[in-house]
Amino acid sequence: MIAPRTHLDRLEAEAIHILREVAGQCQNPALLFSGGKDSVCLLRLAEKAFRPGRFPFPLLHIDTGHNYPEVIAFRDRRAAELGERLIVRSVEDSIARGTVRLARPDESRNRHQSVTLREAIEEFGFDCLIGGARRDEEKARAKERVFSVRDEFGQWDPKNQRPELWRLYNAKVPAGGHVRAFPISDWTELDVWQYIAREGLELPSIYFAHPRPCVRRGGLLAPVTELTPAREGETVETPWVRFRTVGDITCTAPVESRARTIEEILRETAATTISERGATRLDDQTHEASMEQRKREGYF
Amino acid sequence: MDTVLRFLTCGSVDDGKSTLIGRLLYDSRALLVDTLEGIERTSRRRGATAPDLSLVTDGLIAEREQGITIDVAYRYFRSGARTFIIADAPGHEQYTRNMVTAASTAQLAVLLVDVRQGLTAQTRRHALLADLVGIPALAIAVNKMDLVDYDPAAFEAVVYAFEDFAEASGLRARRHYIPMSALLGDMVVERGEHLPWYLGPTLLEVLERTPVEDGARDEPFRFPVQWVCRPRESTDPLLHDYRGLAGQVAAGTLAVGEEIAVLPSGRRSTVTSIEVGGVPREHAVAGDSVMIRLADDLDVGRGDLLVRADESAPTLARSIEADLVWLDPAPLAPRRTYLLRHTTREVQARIEAIEWNLDVATLERVPAHELAMNDIARVRVKLAQPIAADRYEALRDTGSFLLLDPATWDTVAAGMIRGAR
Repeated sequence: MIAPRTHLDRLEAEAIHILREVAGQCQNPALLFSGGKDSVCLLRLAEKAFRPGRFPFPLLHIDTGHNYPEVIAFRDRRAAELGERLIVRSVEDSIARGTVRLARPDESRNRHQSVTLREAIEEFGFDCLIGGARRDEEKARAKERVFSVRDEFGQWDPKNQRPELWRLYNAKVPAGGHVRAFPISDWTELDVWQYIAREGLELPSIYFAHPRPCVRRGGLLAPVTELTPAREGETVETPWVRFRTVGDITCTAPVESRARTIEEILRETAATTISERGATRLDDQTHEASMEQRKREGYF
Repeated sequence: MDTVLRFLTCGSVDDGKSTLIGRLLYDSRALLVDTLEGIERTSRRRGATAPDLSLVTDGLIAEREQGITIDVAYRYFRSGARTFIIADAPGHEQYTRNMVTAASTAQLAVLLVDVRQGLTAQTRRHALLADLVGIPALAIAVNKMDLVDYDPAAFEAVVYAFEDFAEASGLRARRHYIPMSALLGDMVVERGEHLPWYLGPTLLEVLERTPVEDGARDEPFRFPVQWVCRPRESTDPLLHDYRGLAGQVAAGTLAVGEEIAVLPSGRRSTVTSIEVGGVPREHAVAGDSVMIRLADDLDVGRGDLLVRADESAPTLARSIEADLVWLDPAPLAPRRTYLLRHTTREVQARIEAIEWNLDVATLERVPAHELAMNDIARVRVKLAQPIAADRYEALRDTGSFLLLDPATWDTVAAGMIRGAR
């Protein structure tokens, strides 16, 4: 008797299938690896898809220059452990080239990643980028295909998406365009944590509860760093917090938590009443459709 | 044991699909606080007194501007031991291709009917498409009962009309009829107080009780090769001759030691190992993504299909009969060559003949020389190289295909194989 497969087994098998479709159909793909929990899952899935061979693509990180140092150190160590090639391209360099212009020096660089990403695509001629976006994260993402076609400006046209039937994924694009492939589209935040627990995956330390200087701003906790000092009149406190999502320092907020192990995080995630982006993104609340607008401009 | 049900919601525009999903999520407590607050804020700004639950799924700017759904929105929720993946499909005829996208992987379709409108052309089209792609169960949600004073006769009129239509068109899906008001929440998750004459299950109960078969395990083994793993540059001498065939089992089971055949070449060999990420296992079953190694160094690559030598084989076909749904704004050009994608294999293809085009309103099979977007037709396709084809109703993965336009590489049609030779 062969054991029945669990929900996680099925999600894993489907994600491996998608990664191999990229390998089978694309000439020059890359996998976006930030050190965050979703891309940590992607790396494990790529190991299951391609070992004992090497990954048929390099890892790529678009660094805003405003990332937590623990995460960057983790990123480099993980790539080295896997023996895979890591390409890093920086928003800082785009600023130096003049392709990114900041309105204010302290402006968040999050949305400017799209420019640096486009430059990396041109530099290396990538025809597919694999990302860890999930449909449960946000309303515009809920509408995106597993293989999402982008034009030469990296733009997503949500009104003109390709039909995508069965398991027949179409990664072909006309010259100049590329596709973005999302192997964990159908995973929820809880699925990701359950997979991390099941596979015993290592994560950057800031995912686990630790004391951190913060201020309260607009119902969220904003971390106090050199880059993001407290504003006048704000009181700095040091609550126990963890990050549910990891990104640019200027727009990612931690949540209050005492969860120091994956099991404790799983318990909290199962009981949460606030969505991942709602609890943690300082940039999504400005406009109901901010994610869609960023995606149209080439954001992941 | 945890199970997953993938279902889609479909039906005409304005029948209340997005509101229904909002209601389902709201009443089963699957909406998170911040999502709910966002909806309440927007609803208030627009002058509504109660939260507009359709805002849960209409996520695109154009959708909110026009108050319609354009593309499929996926949502996830749990109830009891079951995980649900909802695909909310658009109702507009213009966006039928997005509905087909959602239908192709669904195990149940919730078809909404506005009790005041009855069956529209788009209701019929969605029912036919759901049946065509082989969805085994239909939940016909007779919505907006509050607008006809919850009159049982109005509900029954829809049931009779749909049954007549189902019989005339030969629909095979199991059918459940549920009177409801998605707006007020009657018979979605809660029974409500307005429909005492209806004794059947609520929509959520239908969703929870629909059987989900763990599919194609009992079928003959089918394994389309996606990619070949050859770690040649490795310094490990054990890996020097390694050759792993990577793919996902489409149907059946395979064990180490069994004999396989490679199609289309027909060459045979024995399975020496089955691995995931380099870790060996004894078996692979439908749905598993594995790597397979063979005793002989055969020439096998992407586009080949492994089958078991002791089981029934698919047909090596140069000509297929298929039901085709045309999905592209540009019509089918009968003299053009398209790229046909079947499993991981791609071959040149031409539509040799259009046997009929289905008139959705009359269910008549009419002759045609051209196909336009959303047409459902029976065609004969000629192939430049053979494919290993099964009939769609027997085996979905080896019975389906896409047509790609070589000028744009867009997916222009989806096909279901009904015959092969």
